[in-house]
Amino acid sequence: MKKSIVFLVLISSFFGVALSCNDGTKTYREGAILYETHCESCHMADGTGLEALYPPLAQSDMLRVMGATTACAIVNGMEGKIIVNGVEYDNKMLPIKGLSTVEVTNIINYINHAWGNENQFVPLQAVQKALEDCSPQK
Amino acid sequence: MKTGLAIALMLILLVGCDQQNKRTLPKLGNRPLVERVVDGKTIVDTVDHQVADFAFRNQDSTLITEKTVAGKIYLADFFFTSCFTICPKVKKNMKRIYDKYQGSPDLLILSHSIDYRYDTVGRLAWYADKFNIKSDNWHLLTGSYDELLRMSYQYLLTAKEDDEAPGGFDHSGSIALIDRQRHIRGMYDGTDTASVNQLMLDIELLLQE
Repeated sequence: MKKSIVFLVLISSFFGVALSCNDGTKTYREGAILYETHCESCHMADGTGLEALYPPLAQSDMLRVMGATTACAIVNGMEGKIIVNGVEYDNKMLPIKGLSTVEVTNIINYINHAWGNENQFVPLQAVQKALEDCSPQK
Repeated sequence: MKTGLAIALMLILLVGCDQQNKRTLPKLGNRPLVERVVDGKTIVDTVDHQVADFAFRNQDSTLITEKTVAGKIYLADFFFTSCFTICPKVKKNMKRIYDKYQGSPDLLILSHSIDYRYDTVGRLAWYADKFNIKSDNWHLLTGSYDELLRMSYQYLLTAKEDDEAPGGFDHSGSIALIDRQRHIRGMYDGTDTASVNQLMLDIELLLQE
């Protein structure tokens, strides 16, 4: 009996350690791969964007406050003037087609925690809700 | 005796090093046949491919021709402003070169937009402003489709309309390096940082020619 308790404690502490080792790069691996495929051309591998043509995602004040509504930008694209970190951008972002809601969520959580970003974690349900509210886009 | 041998070996090494430093870049492209008269006899010879004359408008609506690049080293590439595939990456890499040589009278960049309908002078001016580049060193060019297509062959770069391609245009992400006599001296992958690093080394080599 005592032995099994010791065993349980050992096992659970092992998992505890394993979980704490699970850093952003592992948790957001799918998001990272999707980012490379769909977003990196314009927003760049280091998330810095390109001059005043493509806005940065790294340390971006706009991304920080967007939360789950980032999903709308990914799925429906963006158009019109925006200001990111004090710089005006007026370019068109094309919709990224064919992504599942889970994939969109994984992209958001990847960019929210990549490049030193410490933005909020966005759960799947919030993304589902956001997508219902933002679509159909005019 | 041994000292003499050692000195001889060192000399050989030195000569070897010297030859490595004198690396020269090849001249690329088809070598057309020409007939020449030498000592009263007609002989057939080949000449190096030289980029043909051209005329485009840049982001300031200034006419840019072969005279603009006369005696200068320049880079040529094809892109379009609404391209969301490889162009932004190529432009980011090229910006490193622009930043290094900005203000230098010896190096120019000619970026041809293949989107001849949408990328008007006004649109190119908008792009130049947002991209933070000046026409002192970097010209964004527009012209007729025929002229753009003709020059893409001249630079050995792919650029054409293609409904199947994203954005409606198929084009390569390569950059051509052109010398002061308008010979193509290198082709580089603009999406690849290492290739662009090589381009920057080769520019230095050409500047010393």
